Amino acid sequence: MDASVILFYVISVLLVLSSLMVVFLRNVVHCALALVVALFLIAILFVMLHAPMVGVLQVLVYAGAIMVLFLFVIMFLNPTASEPRRKLWWGFGSAAALLLAASLAALLSNGEAPADPVTATETFGSPETLAKSLFTDFVLPFEITSVLLLVAIIGAVVLAKREP
Amino acid sequence: MDHPYFPLLILFTLAGAVVLGLLFVAQKVGPKSPNPVKAEPFESGNPPRGDARIRFSVRFYLVAMLFLIFDLEVVFLYPWAILFRQLGLFGLIEMGIFLGILLIGFVYVWKKGALEWD
Amino acid sequence: MIVDIGIVAVKAFLVLFMVLNLAGILGWIERKGSALIQDRIGANRASVFGFAGMGLINTLIADPLKFLTKEDFVPPEGDKFLHTLAPCMTLFTALVTFAVIPFGDVLVLGERVINLQVANLNIGILYVFAIGSLGVYGIVIGAWASNNKFSLMGAVRGSAQMISYEVAMGLSVIGILMVFGTLELQEIARGQGTLIRDMLPESAGFLRSTVGRLPAWGIFLQPLAFLLFFTAAVAETKRIPFDLPEAESELVAGYHVEYSGGKFLMFFAGEFAEIVTAAGLMTTLFFGGWQVPYLMRDGFHFPWGEAVVLPHLAVTALQVGAFTLKVIFFCWLQILLRWSVPRFRYDQVMRLGWKMLLPLALLNVIVTAIVIIALQ
Repeated sequence: MDASVILFYVISVLLVLSSLMVVFLRNVVHCALALVVALFLIAILFVMLHAPMVGVLQVLVYAGAIMVLFLFVIMFLNPTASEPRRKLWWGFGSAAALLLAASLAALLSNGEAPADPVTATETFGSPETLAKSLFTDFVLPFEITSVLLLVAIIGAVVLAKREP
Repeated sequence: MDHPYFPLLILFTLAGAVVLGLLFVAQKVGPKSPNPVKAEPFESGNPPRGDARIRFSVRFYLVAMLFLIFDLEVVFLYPWAILFRQLGLFGLIEMGIFLGILLIGFVYVWKKGALEWD
Repeated sequence: MIVDIGIVAVKAFLVLFMVLNLAGILGWIERKGSALIQDRIGANRASVFGFAGMGLINTLIADPLKFLTKEDFVPPEGDKFLHTLAPCMTLFTALVTFAVIPFGDVLVLGERVINLQVANLNIGILYVFAIGSLGVYGIVIGAWASNNKFSLMGAVRGSAQMISYEVAMGLSVIGILMVFGTLELQEIARGQGTLIRDMLPESAGFLRSTVGRLPAWGIFLQPLAFLLFFTAAVAETKRIPFDLPEAESELVAGYHVEYSGGKFLMFFAGEFAEIVTAAGLMTTLFFGGWQVPYLMRDGFHFPWGEAVVLPHLAVTALQVGAFTLKVIFFCWLQILLRWSVPRFRYDQVMRLGWKMLLPLALLNVIVTAIVIIALQ
């Protein structure tokens, strides 16, 4: 076995473990940190797939920004660290997970998986390539993103500034 | 081994060893003498009052949310910056529209007083 | 192949060694500097067998030893695991960010060409920002695990401040990235080896013969960006005048109130390692990195026509030396700042970050774009 394949399995096992920890740990802060670890591991997977730009943005945006907001909300707003068990949500969650697993199984058993998934070249996921396609082929989606962000800004201010 | 990220693996291992080594030595060398007064949370010598996990002003969450949005804006600027010489005037107009729309949001935040701390 | 791994390991070890030692030396300089400015004798107690003259060396060894032999206190009502994890995260992220900063050009040893940089990544500076953005966790988790009001207040202030200035910091370097058209720090450092003359059109004769003789360092091309970056970097390291997270007159010691011994040492070393990394970034982005003005790969080429030929090893030694000196200068500048300016108020910190740095950085990007188009 190739070194990168071994690394892939190590990372994947850790990823599955940390994802399970997000779900099963009792302390909400621990869960959030497990999610940070999971997101970081996904970034490593991106890097191994020759997509370093996506990988680093994964860390910068998800682990470094979105999860900070999560931690803010958890730590400074909710004093009860552990949440009580809720039967209804468990049932709903399990059903959704089973549905997802079934559809994934159907998808994966149907088509033939390529023998060597990593066929992309060195420059495939480089910043230059990504920039070229984003700013020439996908100009409209890029501009629409700004409208989305504008709505998010207004939403944040309206929610936070609401009089009690 | 030729992978450009391979050196990072080595650096992470070495840095991890430094961190864990320090932690290990500190655990082994440092004395342990617990007592009930030392165990109290430090509050300038007074007996601690109430829960330590106090609530904070909503402004801090607002800052975190605004950070998230503006951070995303900057993320779009990185790939644009390195390609700018090739894009030329088209790139300037393209990013001008993007930043212009976000500027409306920034002015809105400013006028609403969301950036004020009083 | 073993040799390749060995070279990488040596480079990684050298960088860690340099960052950690520089961090230790900075701890001493800070105390000695404060003594100097406050007109007293300081940091003279560490001595081996009554020999205190080697204050620096002794302090370098005595400091960590003292921290390590103190009790490592864990608040019983806090979270033991997270309390341990937080300083580890702070130190680890501070140590690994230096990886992409080049400390020299290439070193040619026989057949082998060694790039004097731990990892040459095509995402370059984004790696620094990504790892740096994880630094927030160290203080937030540490404070939360301490179960102390002061810690939590310090962490809320600190994290809000760090994320606010992260935006301004990211925006301020965009101009530099536009000028050099790359994210790779080694390429940015190489790009600063040319003269400004080469970037100007033929028609700008007067400019070419005056300003054009300067090396194309970031500070000359993007002076505003440097000011913004410097301010944001100081705010990111949470030092005076931005030390509100640990303001001792308000919050005792902020997020590390409940830390002692080895774990406090880790926070302490992490903070100084961040200063070193910030200095390395300032050097690489704005002050030519390892470039010595007019020094090319084969020796000096002055703009007035003279040339001095130097052997490869001498050139490399000059470059690494220049990089080290510049880094030390910017470390010293940050330390000096601490004893020169008073602490901001929190509303001032937030106003500076959001209402001044952010719009100015955006303006810098737009102006840079227009100038580049005009010169094309």
